[in-house]
Amino acid sequence: MTAGSLTILVIDDNRIRASIIEAGLRDAGHRHVTVIHDVAGIARRIAEIEPDVIVIDLENPNRDMLENMFQLSRAVKRPIAMFVDRADQASIEAAVDAGVSAYVVDGLKKERIKPILDMAISRFNAFSRMARELEEARSELENRKVIDRAKGILMKSRGLSEEAAYALLRKTAMNQNRKIAEIAQSLVTAAGLLGPLEGE
Amino acid sequence: MSMAAAHQITAGFMPLFDSAVLVVAGEMGFAAREGIELKLHRETSWANIRDRIAIGHFDVAHMLGPMPLACSLGLTPLASETIVPFSLGLGGNCVTVSNAVWEGMAAHGAAPDLDPARAGAALGALIRERTASREPLRFAVVHPHSGHNYELRYWLAACGIDPDRDIEIVIVPPPFMADALAAGRIDGYCVGEPWNSAAVAAGTGRIVTVKALLWRNSPEKVIGARRAWAEENPDALAALLRALHHSARWCQDPANRGELAELMARPAFLGQSEAIQMPILTGLLQLGGGVERRVEDFFLPFDKAANFPWKSHALWFYTQMVRWRQLPHTPQNLAIARDCYRPDLYRSALKPLGVALPGANAKVEGALKIATPVGSAGASLVLGPDGFFDGQIFDPDKVDAYITDQKSARKSV
Repeated sequence: MTAGSLTILVIDDNRIRASIIEAGLRDAGHRHVTVIHDVAGIARRIAEIEPDVIVIDLENPNRDMLENMFQLSRAVKRPIAMFVDRADQASIEAAVDAGVSAYVVDGLKKERIKPILDMAISRFNAFSRMARELEEARSELENRKVIDRAKGILMKSRGLSEEAAYALLRKTAMNQNRKIAEIAQSLVTAAGLLGPLEGE
Repeated sequence: MSMAAAHQITAGFMPLFDSAVLVVAGEMGFAAREGIELKLHRETSWANIRDRIAIGHFDVAHMLGPMPLACSLGLTPLASETIVPFSLGLGGNCVTVSNAVWEGMAAHGAAPDLDPARAGAALGALIRERTASREPLRFAVVHPHSGHNYELRYWLAACGIDPDRDIEIVIVPPPFMADALAAGRIDGYCVGEPWNSAAVAAGTGRIVTVKALLWRNSPEKVIGARRAWAEENPDALAALLRALHHSARWCQDPANRGELAELMARPAFLGQSEAIQMPILTGLLQLGGGVERRVEDFFLPFDKAANFPWKSHALWFYTQMVRWRQLPHTPQNLAIARDCYRPDLYRSALKPLGVALPGANAKVEGALKIATPVGSAGASLVLGPDGFFDGQIFDPDKVDAYITDQKSARKSV
């Protein structure tokens, strides 16, 4: 059997992440990869697919239901065990840290499964990193907006130049050991409480 | 939280009301007062809780009572030795059915009085009436190793319904139960609050009986602790048990109901309205169809020695694992089950507080017909009643006989 002969099922309701995993598996030469986003009617699908390996995200609240289904193994031919080897503690920790879990049909050789799990772990980590960077970019943009508004308030109420308004925000932040965006947010909130400024 | 906390403890929990004692310990300062920085992590499945305990992400967690047994007995994909030094309460679950099933039960004599025997007889008659060509009724529980699964099966079997042949039992996560019932994917379920009251409030379900009547003052959730962590950190564990004790007392006090409901309603915990938290706190249940019923000892987070990890509770769970063929009954398995719940740790941690403590580690379940003051170290303590609805007795010293009797009863169904 070559790598491509294993049947792999990916259960992930996050479509982007699922497609990243799927692409990784196909790149590694796996031809029988099925992705399921919605667990409704999954027992029948599993019976049709007869997967050797099931990859599932840990945030899926249906994990208990799926595990029970694997253990009853009416839908799955042979009992399914989590991970390859219970003794492989490092793999298990890396998987849980990454937020992914895997179930494999009993009797499959470790060297055949390990690359699949490793790939899933690295893709999950890459996805989390991407999501984090996106979130940081978003909050950076929001920070910039609130700082601009705070500068505007200072320029208007104290007759400062834009540069001087920014310098004042920065100095206050340093003195209070807080972030500029936090000071700016406080100022915007306070200005709102004290009544809308003209022109706003 | 104190910067100089002597102990740092990480705890996992599921968004269910009976995580309250753990949540309150962290949020209302009981843990901090014992020198603990308690980090609470909300989880999405029991499988995640189990995995994160096993690999050391969590030191302790809110767990289903039978779950630490299942972990220690190697029944789970990622097994680890887990002990139970504290119980998070007694009761709190209900059996809810769809309106269609309720109508069928009512036609066979069921009344909205929560009586388990009457409801069970009506359900049995309804099941026999349905023709063989129809799909069997489908009930859901939260986990195969749960009090819900065992009490539902116990109730059905005692009413002449074979839970494996006459109905189908599936697993559904608690927050999805009411929706699955409304959508017709399941016909009934056994789950903790607020997920029964949620179906009644939506007009899609009827509460037909409650755990507090199937087995009075019976165990539900527990604190599961990784055995290795507990052994390496005895002081941290003892401090945690004292914090949980004070927290449980606070949760039981009717004066704190409003504050407790408000806390649990927050998005970080249950994210459900305060109003829907009240039935479990008051025991005043809306059963559906405008019927209201007060259930005595519906859920006890503290009273009646609710926090004591009785070995007889663990052993009853063990007998049900054997009964429903989740594992074979062997002397080795029995020994593991016997060692899993740790009243010794509970007792030694609470001894300095001078509070009432049961003198025994196990009791004959079903022997107390009424609430009974018992002799104990220190102040007075009231236990029970602890009867099963069918009048059966579970003697933890006669596990073999109990298992044999249940097996022969099954054959005669």
